[in-house]
Amino acid sequence: MTTREAALDTVLADLLARHGRDPGRLLQILLDVQARFTRVPPEAVPKLAAALDLPIGEVESTVEFYSFLSRTPVGDYRILFSDNITDRMLGNQTILDHMAKRLGVRAGEVSEDGLVSLDTTSCTGMCDQGPAILVNGIAITRMTLRRADQVCDLVRNRVPVAEWPADFFRVEHNIRRADMLLGADFMPGSAVKAAIALGRDRFLEEMRISNLRGRGGAGFTTAVKWEAARNASGDERYVVCNADEGEPGTFKDRVLLQYYPERVFEGMALAAYAIGARHGFLYLRGEYLYLRPMLEEKLVELRALGVLGRSIFGVGDFAFDIEIHMGAGAYVCGEETALIESLEGKAGRPRIRPPFPVTSGYRGLPTVVNNVETLCKVTEIALHGGAWYRGYGTKQSTGTKILSVSGDCARPGIYEYPFGVRISQVLEDCGAVRPRAVQISGASGQCLTPREFGRRIAFEDVPTAGALMIFGDHRDMFEVALNFAHFFRHESCGFCTPCRVGTTIQAKIMDKIAAGHGTQYEMNELEHLHEVMRTASHCGLGQTAGQAIADTIAEFRGDYEKRLARRDFEPAFDLDAALARAREVTGRDDADSRLVEEGWQLRETTR
Amino acid sequence: MRHVAPTPPRRKLRVATASLAGCFGCHMSFLDIDERLLDLIDLVEFDRSPITDIKHCGPCDIGIIEGGVCNAENVHVLWELRANCKVLVALGACAVNGGLPAQRNHLDVGSCLARVYRDRAGGEVPDDPELPLLLDKVRPLNEVVRIDFFIPGCPPSGDAIWKYLTDLISGRMPRLEHPMLHFD
Repeated sequence: MTTREAALDTVLADLLARHGRDPGRLLQILLDVQARFTRVPPEAVPKLAAALDLPIGEVESTVEFYSFLSRTPVGDYRILFSDNITDRMLGNQTILDHMAKRLGVRAGEVSEDGLVSLDTTSCTGMCDQGPAILVNGIAITRMTLRRADQVCDLVRNRVPVAEWPADFFRVEHNIRRADMLLGADFMPGSAVKAAIALGRDRFLEEMRISNLRGRGGAGFTTAVKWEAARNASGDERYVVCNADEGEPGTFKDRVLLQYYPERVFEGMALAAYAIGARHGFLYLRGEYLYLRPMLEEKLVELRALGVLGRSIFGVGDFAFDIEIHMGAGAYVCGEETALIESLEGKAGRPRIRPPFPVTSGYRGLPTVVNNVETLCKVTEIALHGGAWYRGYGTKQSTGTKILSVSGDCARPGIYEYPFGVRISQVLEDCGAVRPRAVQISGASGQCLTPREFGRRIAFEDVPTAGALMIFGDHRDMFEVALNFAHFFRHESCGFCTPCRVGTTIQAKIMDKIAAGHGTQYEMNELEHLHEVMRTASHCGLGQTAGQAIADTIAEFRGDYEKRLARRDFEPAFDLDAALARAREVTGRDDADSRLVEEGWQLRETTR
Repeated sequence: MRHVAPTPPRRKLRVATASLAGCFGCHMSFLDIDERLLDLIDLVEFDRSPITDIKHCGPCDIGIIEGGVCNAENVHVLWELRANCKVLVALGACAVNGGLPAQRNHLDVGSCLARVYRDRAGGEVPDDPELPLLLDKVRPLNEVVRIDFFIPGCPPSGDAIWKYLTDLISGRMPRLEHPMLHFD
């Protein structure tokens, strides 16, 4: 046995012990392995498979699936540029090119000495303070060329990330408008005590009265979900907080987790009380790794307070505790069944529904999955009652909604409004600069133009998971759609053909149009493709992957048309250049070794 | 399979078929329409096709192409069919997406040739102008010319091909549904 292998064995043995040899913790173990070796060494795979009693293929599949895990080594410093359209608008490309030049490494590659690797990643949820990067998983905001130079120097001098200036890692909350949730004081423990005073049934009744609907985007009624889980048969029940906030342009959950963690955890405890769960999971997206130490501390505090633990506040059968699971850079894990797969340590591929998680979720047992914001809202209902809560918002959309506003405006950040607020109101409050379009609810949402700004944020009119990206009149909406097309190609989980193939073809067509080779044919293809993906994909990712393109074609066709070639059709690539390599190897340069379309018929007939 | 008797068109349509970088499996599947070939012959006549052994095609109504594009000759054949056919149909996985031959796309074509002819056979890479030159990557048809219809499947079943063709010939929008529409 080589020393390297011995070192690997020691580390693995230690990690396996720490994670209790639980196959469900495979992803967590792999994340630790990745952090330790800057990759998942190929020899670790069979060892882990044997120790956890899993098929090698399943371990491989998990390693392959998550973009934060890699088989080949990344740099000791792994720098990932958030590549959402809002980061692009703030100039992240210039900074990326600058750093690439200074560090002597190209995007997507590792430097020869293995010191640093540079790449892009999907939106890291710092849209209001971008351009943002992740260095070894930790977020750095407000990148400038100056800051990029400082980062380069720190990397060159091999300064550990923990010793970098604290200012780099400052993440502002940017709360610009606080309403009933963000503006209220909260005494930890008060909501759970209030619910216990009401009793399980009365508390659930209050939830019903409140008509609270899920804030993750789908808008399912929370009380219905809880009751279904409570009535489902199973020895155990689970509460999962979905903090995999991957939708480009959304960052409200990050603010809630960082500044209102008691609310989130207490909301989970309330859900547990209502449905009779003993275990809870916070599934935290990998990009928010920086929050983890603080959240762990908060859990310790809440245990000391008695909000978590055994017989909570003296209720004998109320025992509940929370575990934090990290995601690893997969947008699709925001879908609840994919998230549960990921919690079980597997690749995050959406399950077939039904059965729904409320009857068959984590490990096949009844599981409630709620969004971070929804759980915060639950604490308000416990404290003030359902009727009070219903007093805010609209009939079908009660309470307030937190919006993540970014893009071309004077004051990007977090805005809390009662449901029913007009989009024009939000734009006015955030100081939008001559808005040409607003992308609601991220890349998978809808694109609205000024004539629709009078519409209201509510499930009845414009539903949203909370993102609002503003594009000023100098923006090219084709660029926006192109960015989203690349996003979906990267994030498709590959499970179903319409989405796996569709997102790739879609991105290829968009690239072709961007390169000036698109024609009307490609425009028709895009619309056709959207229809296929929308109707045939397995989950919401594929179903919405063509939405932004369809919307921008409908509203901003000019942005596409100015790029179209005037011909009926253009090849996707340079045909003659594609023969260059074979010409070189064979040493040929005859007429048949060339591909020139003009006059080919003439040559064919005269030969 | 129910026997579909399409309305006969006023004149026989001309159909050309070709196989580029494919395995002829889609053509074999085409022949799987069996006795319906006799019905088909009443409706169409074949121009350039492995069935007729005509080498170059004249003006046609429908062109059906199997296989992706892997070399310069493929490009010429494709151009010829595009220039002569009113409607071009990509038949099967290779024509639609590049398929199996596209597995070479992650290899450098130059080192492939060198490996086969120099390293293993000990000779030189052939440079005879008769031989079509390889493209650096195998491409689906729609990246080289405009394609009007796609029939996925490896291969599409005879029934699917029959359904698609008779729809086209009768002037209906061709449509494949489960279980005829599949990608494997």
